[in-house]
Amino acid sequence: MAGPIHTQINGKNRAFEADPDTTLLFALREELGLTGTKYGCGEGQCGACTILLNGTPRRSCQLSVIDAAGKSIVTIEGFEQNGQLHPVQQAFLDQGAFQCAYCTSGMIVSSVALLQKNPNPDEQEIVHALQGNICRCGTHPRIVAAVQQAGKAMQVGTSHGKNSQ
Amino acid sequence: MKPTRSFFKDVLREGPASGVPKSAEKSGVLTSEGIQPESQIISGTRSRQESAKADNFASEPERYELHSSALHHFDLQRRDFFKVLGAGIAIFTVAANASAAQESGTRRHHGDQDQPRDISSWLHINDDGIVTVFTGKVEVGQNTRTTLAQSVADELRVPLASIRMVMGDTALTPFDMGTFGSRSTPYMSPQLRRAASAARDLLLAQAAAEWKTTPDKLTTRDGKITNPASGATLTYAQLAQGKTLARDMPDADPITPPEQWTIAGKSAPKVAARAFVTGQHQYTPDLHPINVLHAKVLRPATFGASLVSADLSAAQAMPGAVVVRDGDFVAVAAPNERAAEKALAAIHAEWKNEPQSSSKELYSYLKKNLDREENPKPHEKGSVANGLAAASQHHEQTYTVAYIAHAPLEPRAAVADWKDGKLTVYTGSQRPFGIQEELSAALHLPKDQVRVIVPDTGSAYGGKHTGDAALEAARLSRAANRPVKIVWTREEEFTWSYFRPAGVIEIKSAIAPDGKLSAWEFHNYNSGGSGIQTPYDVANQLIQFHPVNSPLRQGSYRGLAATANHFARECFMDELAQLTKIDPLELRMKNLSDPRLRAVFESAAKTFGWPQNKTQPGQGFGMGGGVEKGGYVATFAEIAIAANSGEVRVVRVVTAFECGAIVNPDGLRQQVIGANIMGLGGALFESLEFDDGRISNPHFAQYRVPRFRDIPKIEAILLDRKDLPPAGAGETPIVGLAPAIGNAISDATGIRLRALPLAPRGLNARKNSA
Repeated sequence: MAGPIHTQINGKNRAFEADPDTTLLFALREELGLTGTKYGCGEGQCGACTILLNGTPRRSCQLSVIDAAGKSIVTIEGFEQNGQLHPVQQAFLDQGAFQCAYCTSGMIVSSVALLQKNPNPDEQEIVHALQGNICRCGTHPRIVAAVQQAGKAMQVGTSHGKNSQ
Repeated sequence: MKPTRSFFKDVLREGPASGVPKSAEKSGVLTSEGIQPESQIISGTRSRQESAKADNFASEPERYELHSSALHHFDLQRRDFFKVLGAGIAIFTVAANASAAQESGTRRHHGDQDQPRDISSWLHINDDGIVTVFTGKVEVGQNTRTTLAQSVADELRVPLASIRMVMGDTALTPFDMGTFGSRSTPYMSPQLRRAASAARDLLLAQAAAEWKTTPDKLTTRDGKITNPASGATLTYAQLAQGKTLARDMPDADPITPPEQWTIAGKSAPKVAARAFVTGQHQYTPDLHPINVLHAKVLRPATFGASLVSADLSAAQAMPGAVVVRDGDFVAVAAPNERAAEKALAAIHAEWKNEPQSSSKELYSYLKKNLDREENPKPHEKGSVANGLAAASQHHEQTYTVAYIAHAPLEPRAAVADWKDGKLTVYTGSQRPFGIQEELSAALHLPKDQVRVIVPDTGSAYGGKHTGDAALEAARLSRAANRPVKIVWTREEEFTWSYFRPAGVIEIKSAIAPDGKLSAWEFHNYNSGGSGIQTPYDVANQLIQFHPVNSPLRQGSYRGLAATANHFARECFMDELAQLTKIDPLELRMKNLSDPRLRAVFESAAKTFGWPQNKTQPGQGFGMGGGVEKGGYVATFAEIAIAANSGEVRVVRVVTAFECGAIVNPDGLRQQVIGANIMGLGGALFESLEFDDGRISNPHFAQYRVPRFRDIPKIEAILLDRKDLPPAGAGETPIVGLAPAIGNAISDATGIRLRALPLAPRGLNARKNSA
């Protein structure tokens, strides 16, 4: 081991020990207890493990812990602020945009990344941005609707937190 | 294992919380769906004769779904009940007839007479008004946690938010055969309703005694009992206060008919939904007990290979590694996933492989390797020979269906803890009691020492009936004396799970010039008997399923063989339409007297706009439909074929579905649309390729599943029949799409494709390779 790895995770400085050849996904899940980021394939093909690395959506199963050193990471656990859901989370709830929901963390992270770049995406742009995220339950139409709702909500600067539970 | 109070509190707090905010209630049922939203619900009632007709298609469990029958097991005894749940009123309903007992609470006799063996369902009303309902069913994304809660809330007359569902835990819930076969809604829902109805009767009797009146003078609503004569009210919570009242009630109370439902029958948002958008819900792979070890299994080089030798020394020398060899089973457990991978890689093993068949020769293999021991009786009616002689036009064709994988996004996973001769296993599964049985048998443990708990699971689609991961984790936990977790890799998922059976289907038929069928002969090799009966009126029929010694491990899948059988039958119907030059919808209607199936075809045709004129090259339209497991479906599809690549794109899908009274329209719409999207993969491109005991495409990069770009505009028309009991809906909506696409391709190109998947690499590739 080359000593602890320092990162900023969900706004907090965190240091953890891990073999340098450990994937960031396993480190997040096992060392840091952030299990909202899912293992779906380990091959960068399904998007369930998507996180933001310095603001860019990345497949954490394809990154080593070394790739994360000195960088900022946002996981699904980092979006809720003071009990208030992120507009994308809220939109997924409002639209019922999940069934088994195992893909949902990755879908939400990819959608947040899209909306940060492009606050008003059309359907084609959403489809393009989420093409790398697999949903096996077939919830795609509602996910697209949720991203559209979230985009609108973010533009008016409210989270429409109407049914926070 | 006896559940402890603290465990129980955890279950109640974290697992099945049901918080349904008022504002989340959707207004009405006409909520939007589809990238370009459109959907509708059509209410209607018809004669009772139709429900008798439905019995012709009563679902029988597929043989693959019944490979083991679990014994009743019920650990929590009545005297323990209030210790774990606190004061209140508990209702145990007793199965009154064999058909109810078949699903749950089978009466078994083995020893301890104290154990309530015949309990079909139970619920508890706490002195704070919270109602806890216990069922062996599991939530795998099909939304049954919500729909069952709606049914109980409806029957008990309490707000949905006061219901807590405890599901899929062999120590806490009554025995249940498993969550498959679209049985939760038609069978479990009425059972829970009867428990709720019995509980309401008991509460009414309590209130009547208090007020010195009779129950029939009282009303129940919103968790309260009111005496209209005096204006007095008592809440259920007040009635439960200070009581530790447990009652056995007959499982025979009448339940509320759909016409009078108030909470069921309307859309309700998924319960406990917030945990899914915040990443807080813990699926099996997310559980992390103290001191847990991570496991990896040494997989054989090929299917059926036997282990010649294994050098475990290097793995054993790794710090913290536990290595097990038990027969051909070799596995490691280590303090983290990476360490387990390294320990596994350090094992040097030699395997003896057996030569095996390949997917290239699959269909001739299936025809040649019949399972002679199992020979289901054919369905025969009239004389096919006479029917063939009677009509002028004959047609005969063969269809094939490839093996496909469920590919649930949550891979098979388990966390096992073997302690003091007792085993607790968390696993994503559709059969917690079946897996308890498997564990008990494989590990030589008495069943009452094995507890299986199923956290709400990241999908299954019929793929999670067996306890492979549970067995592996349990065996390692016994060796390690610590909790052990295993999460299958995607490659393991694609290789070592079981698959939807491949099949060959042969059809021979005769048809008169006016379009009336006179003979129907249908043979299905290997894929299965679900949906094999034709819904069309043919006087002379011979329909037979032929089991085969499958080259790959095969099992259940959403809709089972109904997809294959509908694909073949509904494509064949279109071929007959082409032969007789009759419009395909008209041909079906000429041979169809079942009013419920006619209704879905008519509804879907109207919304789709059948017939349609082609407006551009490569455009095609087609349909497919049928009845299975009490659900009636008709699906129409529009496709577009790219001129250059030959790629087939599904542009628009309209599905009409009717499954009796709708419990939750929003959830049903999810299932209908989701089934179509999942079905798109099997229809167009999913296929497991294999050669010499290995799967050749065990990765998402090689095994294509539907992604966002593949998704058409989908419209779901839900026909609500409040006069008919609800049937399950998770499976049958999948069966119409493949034939609809096949027929649309034929419409667009004149090319008739008879193999699923239809066009994995587009039509050009198919033409070139043919």
